[in-house]
Amino acid sequence: MAIEHDTLVHLSKTFGLFYLIALSVGVLIYAYWPRNKARFDAAARAILNEEDRPCP
Amino acid sequence: MVSELTTGQRQMALTFLAMLALLGLFVAAFGRADPIGGHGWLVLVFSLLSLFAVLTNYYDPEPAADRSAAYYDAPVKAGIIIAMIWAVIGMFVGAWVAWLLVNPDLTFVEEAWASFGRLRPVHTTAVIFGFGGNALIATSFYVVQRTSRTRLAGHLSPLFVLWGYNLFCLLAVTGYLWGINQSKEYAEPEWYADLWLVIVWVAYFVLYLRTLARRKEPHIYVANWYYLAFILVVAVLHIVNGLALPLSWAQAKSYSLFAGVQDAMTQWWYGHNAVAFFLTAGFLGMMYYYLPKRAERPIFSYRLSIISFWGITFFYMWAGSHHLHYTALPHWVQTLGMTFSVMLLIPSWASAGNALLTLNGAWHKVRDDATLRFMFIAAVFYGLSTFEGSFMAIRSVNALSHYTDWTVGHVHAGALGWVAMITFGAIYASVPWLWKRKTMWSPALVEVHFWLALAGTLIYVFAMWNSGIIQGLMWRTYNESGTLAYSFLESVEAMHPYYIARAVGGSFFLLGALVACYNIWMTIRAPQPAGALQDDHPQERTDPVLEAGR
Ligand code: HEM
Repeated sequence: MAIEHDTLVHLSKTFGLFYLIALSVGVLIYAYWPRNKARFDAAARAILNEEDRPCP
Repeated sequence: MVSELTTGQRQMALTFLAMLALLGLFVAAFGRADPIGGHGWLVLVFSLLSLFAVLTNYYDPEPAADRSAAYYDAPVKAGIIIAMIWAVIGMFVGAWVAWLLVNPDLTFVEEAWASFGRLRPVHTTAVIFGFGGNALIATSFYVVQRTSRTRLAGHLSPLFVLWGYNLFCLLAVTGYLWGINQSKEYAEPEWYADLWLVIVWVAYFVLYLRTLARRKEPHIYVANWYYLAFILVVAVLHIVNGLALPLSWAQAKSYSLFAGVQDAMTQWWYGHNAVAFFLTAGFLGMMYYYLPKRAERPIFSYRLSIISFWGITFFYMWAGSHHLHYTALPHWVQTLGMTFSVMLLIPSWASAGNALLTLNGAWHKVRDDATLRFMFIAAVFYGLSTFEGSFMAIRSVNALSHYTDWTVGHVHAGALGWVAMITFGAIYASVPWLWKRKTMWSPALVEVHFWLALAGTLIYVFAMWNSGIIQGLMWRTYNESGTLAYSFLESVEAMHPYYIARAVGGSFFLLGALVACYNIWMTIRAPQPAGALQDDHPQERTDPVLEAGR
């Protein structure tokens, strides 16, 4: 089956648009979800820890 | 390196290397009428030398029963040293081809291998894959262990990834000199080297995932996301763009499965995402670990780093067609690439801004510590080259910049200013940490390197911006009678002074890398100080004259 040029244009103007919007909204919700804040802050600070060996 | 393996693992390594040597012998025998035979010999010699290295240390005492109490740093150390060796090779060949463009007689030998066309891919492969790739592998091993607080998941596989990858790099650069090249930029090696890289890369991916699965931290630190995106996407790009049919099992030459404009689009989908995931995502992973660590401040906004991660991964995928403006590629595909390239500016500047804002409050450290200053300059050049890239991707701007040295200027703002600077910063930070030294052997030489690298980059980039824009304008200037005002040769002559400047700038950069090698070598050889060791931190300057500047 040959994929026509118009089919591709149609796909990118519909599905392509919506999945990227959905992705952006999803990422923003994940990043700003209040309950995640503590986890992110802890992760950002944890790399500054001094200990240089694996956790047992 | 062998001392960290148990006897069983040493035996497995020996068996594997013997099999690899046999494979090399087969290729050398069956391919003796073809250039591929030479590569059979190369694999044979490489595996025999490795075999010998394992054998000489075979009876070393076994490692302590519980190795999981310490990080596995042998492959990290080896990777950093190998990266620096490739840096010198790649930058030397780069300086050589730069002088060749100044004076085409500098080939010295009238041989095919010494021609510009064969040396140029040696330069690009040695710096991107040899220097950049080894630095990425080494730092990713370093970072994933520290941020997961667990040892690498395996003892042989990290060694396989590192040495297997370097065998690939060797096959690549020696092949170009012999004339083996599948004519796809940044993907020049032929089918058998490509297949070998697939095996190595899948092992890398599995190793990384298994290490993350063992992590003791609840959350996967964002640097690992970038490293993982780098590993995963490079695998996908490499496999798709490399699809090809060899003439036979005993011949190096192959034909791509793609043809015409589809081939061009696949190649630049690969090419641009190599920029995105090899030269950007991987090094962003490096930045998100080493910059906060060295500045001793958490990243300015962790949320922003997540948002820009998804922006970068999903936007870059669609930007490749900006390399094919005004070609047979359908107009709307070009427009798509252009639009996504402009959108890319948002996550790119979010990352650069995040890095710079992290330094806010640590500017005195940036001033005093050349290692941190390398990382700072890298973030500045990252912001600069992504702005420039988004601009050049606009079709009417590209009409001026395409085929000119402006592209070369952009590439090197990215490659020298961003990729190499962040790598040198990361290496100067890790070497004392890894070899348990207080600081680098000579902080003054780090300072010397910094200024050589910065001066070299600025000279290079400004020379190419000038020459590129002059070139572009000369090619499109018409006289009253409606014909071109300049012949092509006149535009070549106009480039000459800029080519000299570029070669000087590049030589500065090479000199800096040599200084770095010496300093790293002396740090490793310096006696280990007694007693418990503190990590290498940015040194505070106590110089009262400079206090006022704080
Ligand atoms: C937002 C980010 C970026 C965009 C939109 C972008 C865009 C572009 C454009 C439009 C070109 C010229 C294509 C042509 O006319 O043929 C180009 C070339 C190039 N860029 Fe970028 N760039 C970006 C960031 C970077 C970075 C960070 C690097 C790191 C080194 C880089 C490396 C390169 C390379 C190697 C080429 C040369 C490709 C060739 O061989 O033709 N770019 N880029």
